[in-house]
Amino acid sequence: MTDTSTTTPLVEIRNLSFARGDRMIFDGIDMDIERGKVTAIMGPSGTGKTTLLRLIGGQIKPLTGSIKVDGIEVTKLSRSALFQLRKRMGMLFQNGALLTDMNVFDNIAFPIREHTQLSEKMIRTLVTMKLQVVGLRGARNLMPSELSGGMARRVAMARAIALDPMMIMYDEPFTGQDPISLGVLVRLIRELNDTLGLTSIVVSHDIKEASSISDTIYLLSGGKVVAHGSSKALHESGSEWAKQFMNGLPDGPVPFHYPAIDYAEDLLAAGNK
Amino acid sequence: MLNFIQGLGHSGLTFFQRLGRAHILLGHIMAGLPSMLLRWPLIIQQLYYVGVLSVLIILVSGFFVGMVLGLQGYNILVDFGAEETLGVMVSLSLVRELGPVVAALLFAGRAGSALTAEIGLMKATEQLSAMEMMAIDPIRRVLTPRFLAGFISMPLLAAIFSAVGIIGGDFVGVGLLGVDEGAYWSQMQASVDLYDDILNGVIKSIVFGVVVTWIAVFEGYDAIPTSEGVSRATTRTVVHSSLAILGLDFILTAIMF
Ligand SMILES: Nc1ncnc2c1ncn2[C@@H]1O[C@H](COP(=O)(O)OP(=O)(O)OP(=O)(O)O)[C@@H](O)[C@H]1O
Ligand SMILES: [Mg+2]
Repeated sequence: MTDTSTTTPLVEIRNLSFARGDRMIFDGIDMDIERGKVTAIMGPSGTGKTTLLRLIGGQIKPLTGSIKVDGIEVTKLSRSALFQLRKRMGMLFQNGALLTDMNVFDNIAFPIREHTQLSEKMIRTLVTMKLQVVGLRGARNLMPSELSGGMARRVAMARAIALDPMMIMYDEPFTGQDPISLGVLVRLIRELNDTLGLTSIVVSHDIKEASSISDTIYLLSGGKVVAHGSSKALHESGSEWAKQFMNGLPDGPVPFHYPAIDYAEDLLAAGNK
Repeated sequence: MLNFIQGLGHSGLTFFQRLGRAHILLGHIMAGLPSMLLRWPLIIQQLYYVGVLSVLIILVSGFFVGMVLGLQGYNILVDFGAEETLGVMVSLSLVRELGPVVAALLFAGRAGSALTAEIGLMKATEQLSAMEMMAIDPIRRVLTPRFLAGFISMPLLAAIFSAVGIIGGDFVGVGLLGVDEGAYWSQMQASVDLYDDILNGVIKSIVFGVVVTWIAVFEGYDAIPTSEGVSRATTRTVVHSSLAILGLDFILTAIMF
């Protein structure tokens, strides 16, 4: 199901293919990330969700196809133009990826200091505001090693919005969180998106959380987009893929087994050794 | 046999690929030098981690090496009745050879391995990727200041090593074995040449500093981003830099002296 909106999408992916060695990770996928919306990207482990974020960020180049971010073709950018574009993108890595030799304050100040000539006083004000948004103003002097996983992700969020980007990409922000911290992160992602006018891409395994915050969901599997639409539409859709994933069934179109030779043959081969 | 040759070819190829990558990285690091010179707080911070924290081990080792030289030198020279020249022997051995070489070996073990581990861990925990996504070049921001700090620290550490060693030689030779103090120092002053001995020693230590830091930052940056990969890279840093130091020392000595 496609709903045509009036504005052009912020991220437009057309016919994207990417391979690691001989393995096709993506095989001609199309995707639109709408402006101002939260889009969830879901799929089984190893389908290339992280890879997709890296492709959008221009860290790796696709085999074929086009990726446009805010109308700019990422795949053809020079390094310096890419860096200009990245200043307008925030990315949250799976474990936060905070710089371990700096405290919380300096971590958030880091991109501001690197990219602007603002005075220390100004930076202090800005960082304090970002810390207030994620509720960690009191933790500004802690080192990353002193933070819990959930706190580290919130600090990383504050750092991702330090330069007021137009979009943020979250790589599995919910894994390994207790229910409370999970609730906090869910609320934060939605709030940041709506109050700062961002566009958010959330990669996740968590069906419940992802469907509760996202406006649109893309289901990836086997190098293809197997279903997309609002979470309600996916829940009600007749597609086998959507059914398996949304209901967490162990077997279905996504096989439980990694591709292998026939089981009986495998056992016989072992017997012949 | 065929397997052996195939393996040889394979490791040869890997070696040259890595050598190529190391040179590309060096070029990239160098390109960052001019802008980094303006950011001296970053360099000072790295000088502290790379240089200052290595001073203690350099002081202690230098003193012991000097004492051993004093002891050995005295035992040899006294047979010829030439113990007055102990100062010359100790200082020339240190300034020309042992200062640069042993200090560089210690530097590789102390600072080089720490650099590799730090950069490798930053890679493994995606800190370098995160910097790239923040539009910050990790090579310029992380590798260049560390490289520069290693390059500056090494000659200074070697000089400290030699100076402390000479004092150690004095402590044993003059203090314990009774060599004439005036002879120890004045013979040294008369025979050690600023250019032939000291400058050449300094050139050696600069070369060692560049090579050790280069190997250390490359191994860290090129490490397989897992804990096992980082620990292997750290070992490689120490082994490769030690071999490079000893090999280069021979070449430089043959050219200079
Ligand atoms: N540097 C790499 N070199 C070779 N193959 C890689 C590399 N990085 C990822 N892959 C492969 O690409 C595939 C997609 O990886 P990716 O990390 O994008 O998956 P993912 O969907 O994010 O999985 P997960 O949900 O487990 O994080 C995986 O099968 C992985 O084996
Ligand atoms: Mg992933």
